[in-house]
Amino acid sequence: MSELGEIWVYLAREPLAALAATLLAWLGALRLQRLCRRHPLANPVLFAVLILAAGLLLSGIDYRSYFEGAQFVHFLLGPATVALAVPLHRQWEAVRRSALLAALSVVTGGLFAAAVGVAIALALGAAPEVVASLAPRSVTTPVAMGIAERIGGLPSLTAALVIASGITGAALGPLVLNLARVEDMRARGLAMGTASHGIGTARALSVSAAAGAFSGLAMGLNALASALLLPLLWHALAG
Amino acid sequence: MIGALTTLLSCQLAGEVLARALHLPVPGPVIGMALLFTGLLLRGREAPPALHATADALLGNLGLLFVPAGVGVMLYLPVLARDWAPLSLSVLAGTLAAIAFTGRLAQRLLRGR
Repeated sequence: MSELGEIWVYLAREPLAALAATLLAWLGALRLQRLCRRHPLANPVLFAVLILAAGLLLSGIDYRSYFEGAQFVHFLLGPATVALAVPLHRQWEAVRRSALLAALSVVTGGLFAAAVGVAIALALGAAPEVVASLAPRSVTTPVAMGIAERIGGLPSLTAALVIASGITGAALGPLVLNLARVEDMRARGLAMGTASHGIGTARALSVSAAAGAFSGLAMGLNALASALLLPLLWHALAG
Repeated sequence: MIGALTTLLSCQLAGEVLARALHLPVPGPVIGMALLFTGLLLRGREAPPALHATADALLGNLGLLFVPAGVGVMLYLPVLARDWAPLSLSVLAGTLAAIAFTGRLAQRLLRGR
């Protein structure tokens, strides 16, 4: 076998190439985001996914062999989800006074987000697994993928829809809140975190610390409430 | 940092075991998050600085961790081509309606507090 062939076999077998490509695509995506002057629509996750998907499609490498290597990055989503407890605890003193009413808004808003998304998809005749993938789209990605798996959706499709929902909310959410005349910074943060998870929280943080704190709280609470309630409601309504 | 990582992984492990043993409809890492939050509340003081640093490092690069799963969307190009209308309308209108609804509701509930 030629030397090049041996190198190719090595790269295809080891996770090194997929890991390096993922990190390089991420750094490239961050650079692109800076070039776009951090415009809310210029999302680095979107850029990195497009770069890698285009690379795989052009080189004819299938997704499964890419994921064999990239799963080491994917694995960190678990500990990262656990780590969400730390900012929640850090903000606890500031939010505990209104925590109960904030939680009520988040749980109601989170279920509303799922219901509207599902209703629109059903009305337009989407396939059942597509509807199930849409239901958890306002929940932070690792949790949303777990929920999608439990209700018969496609976790990878859900991941893409979650990111799209985050970008939509971060870019257009503040405008919608102005139109709805929501002036309370706490309420604005809760709305962004409930509908657009971490990507919305990043935007809320850049506007006001109070909005950011409440947005982070909303993201964590919505993840918890949706993980508990969505599968139960889904099986009660569909089964 | 190793101690903080061990804390995170232990909470996740306990969460995964609990989810399976009790047949809970919640992903293991979410139970792990609830366990860690409860633990920090019970502890009563500031979380250890190493835990703050590790959590910030993970959450500061949260976007990167979504990338491998996000690339999986290439498997669903036929689904996207077929259902692009319900998908895009559901994401766009659903998200913006949810933001307006949650914002109005929260503003009313929190008024005067």
